[in-house]
Amino acid sequence: MWKFIVRRLLITFPQIVFLSVLVFIMAQLMPGDALTGLIDPTITQEALEIQRERLGLNNPWYIQYADWVTGLVQGDLGQSYRFKTDVTAVISERLNNTVLLSVVALVFTYLIAIPLGLISGRYNDSPLDSAITGYTYLGFATPIFIFALVILWIFGYQLGWFPTSGSVAPGMQPGTMEYYLSKLNHSLLPGISIALISVVGTVQYLRSEIVDTKQKDFIITARAKGASENRVYNRHIFRNSVLPIAAFFGWEITSLITGTVFVERIFGYPGMGLLFLESIGQRDFSVVTALTLLFGIASILGALLSDIILGMVDPRIRIK
Amino acid sequence: MSNELLKIKNLKTSFRIDDEYYAAVDDVTLTLNKNEILGIVGESGSGKSALAFSIMRLHTRAKIEGEISLNNQNIVKMPKSKLNKIRGDEMAMIFQDPLTALNPLMPIGRQIEENLFLHNKKLGQQGRKKRTIELLNLVGIPRPERVYEQFPHELSGGMRQRVIIAIAIANDPELLIADEPTTALDVTIQAQILDLIQELKQKIHAGIILITHDLGVVAEMADRVAVMYAGQIVEIAPVDKLFANPLHPYTRSLLNSVPTEGQDRLHVIQGVVPTLKNLPRTGCRFAERIPWVDASHHEENPDLHEVEPGHFVRCTCYKHFYFPDNKEEQENGVS
Repeated sequence: MWKFIVRRLLITFPQIVFLSVLVFIMAQLMPGDALTGLIDPTITQEALEIQRERLGLNNPWYIQYADWVTGLVQGDLGQSYRFKTDVTAVISERLNNTVLLSVVALVFTYLIAIPLGLISGRYNDSPLDSAITGYTYLGFATPIFIFALVILWIFGYQLGWFPTSGSVAPGMQPGTMEYYLSKLNHSLLPGISIALISVVGTVQYLRSEIVDTKQKDFIITARAKGASENRVYNRHIFRNSVLPIAAFFGWEITSLITGTVFVERIFGYPGMGLLFLESIGQRDFSVVTALTLLFGIASILGALLSDIILGMVDPRIRIK
Repeated sequence: MSNELLKIKNLKTSFRIDDEYYAAVDDVTLTLNKNEILGIVGESGSGKSALAFSIMRLHTRAKIEGEISLNNQNIVKMPKSKLNKIRGDEMAMIFQDPLTALNPLMPIGRQIEENLFLHNKKLGQQGRKKRTIELLNLVGIPRPERVYEQFPHELSGGMRQRVIIAIAIANDPELLIADEPTTALDVTIQAQILDLIQELKQKIHAGIILITHDLGVVAEMADRVAVMYAGQIVEIAPVDKLFANPLHPYTRSLLNSVPTEGQDRLHVIQGVVPTLKNLPRTGCRFAERIPWVDASHHEENPDLHEVEPGHFVRCTCYKHFYFPDNKEEQENGVS
């Protein structure tokens, strides 16, 4: 198993390097550079040249790339044109929020999806299964931005159970217990909104896997041993059915980190997705570049996580 | 009488297709004694496996009527909880396809131990492991300590079939059903597995039902043979009698279609086994595949007749059956 993880990690490294090259090239292709946003348009050509030389913009591309990577490794992602501060600072607060939101959404997703999928698959074609399947079709058909609005309206405005925007109540002292509770409280409603919609895929996946697995020969073997139905489901069917979901886990995380844009927007939740959208709108290219890189790394790590989890649950995947 | 292990009476197993029930096993009556091997032969679709699954009650959606009693306990009416005590303990089954009959995510050792755990609570974890290694040894698996930790995909087909046998015999079952245990294996491995089953019979003294479509296997292994066609037993007899004096047209056709040396063409049985939906429900079910035998020779409601002690044949048509001398002309004349 360790051998497998190490080998898988070794493959990850060149992937990240390749990604950084891609992002660098894309950044170079974008119009303007670090200087154009900062300077007074009336500046003379000579002064401009001096500044360019000072910032290293006249160096050959590989030196620029090396400088950029050196900065990256040290946590220096450049300056935001919009906020006039370090990109790292801009992102890090948003990243915390997004990670919190993702974890909340994931926990709710699996808390809801696994029992529903299990029931639906075990008692397939029963009225209960029809109800659950019906819900999944509704979930597929409902756009998340409409659903989130409705949820916000009911639980946020009408019932007033949850805060309606932001990631923390104003005036909280960071580091205190109340601060963290408030953060959690703010992430609950958007998290549940995401979960209620994103469970549908997992439920259907799990259901069809269970329906499939329960007809396999080794299930008959288990029954022939005298295992009770509960045991057959818990020991034999469940684990074999959960493989594709385990394989999907890493991707799920990736898509949550990169793709909660709508929900963040509706709930006014300052996360990465919202930042990405705003930065594109305001031509804040250094932030866009940093986020692109970050999203790419999230994808690579998500795939890595998926493979490792799959290797842990399925012995056939492990490389000997 | 006390020697009788399994008694099946008027067993009918039906499946629902489009809101109607169709019997895949129809009116099967047989007995199995302790320490006896009963071979069941027939073409694919003749109901052999459906019979075996009925005895174990492994069908999930079937209607089972009649009586199956193992040591005088009626399996058909038994509640699930009681059934689970018997399955894997008093009766066990060896499956057809070793490549799919093992859980791919569970180490071999744990799959065997599960059976011990379910029926022998007194055995501790150490005891279970010891017994599992012992079983792996018994079924002829080299380096059992290593295999104990391995997963099914790391073993060959023959080895996996041995593991399946080890699971089946873990609790010394009194009834062992082997459902085509060698079909999925190549010839040399087949012989080894059959030897193993023969050997185990001596050791655990179980009554064995051996389902196969290989007549050679039956001749070598079985004490008695039942021939099934279209869900019914058409002939049942001690093995030597069946091979020396086969009576039912189907049995004779089957034996006739076994290739022999120096034979330049294969004999085939006309037509195909009818599908479940199209089974003839009245009269002699084999009649349509021997159309040259006059209809008047078949019984209206064919029953098993005892022609000599222990030798039963269904329908009276066997008295008038002959192989058409010139097969080709006959076939052309018919269809």
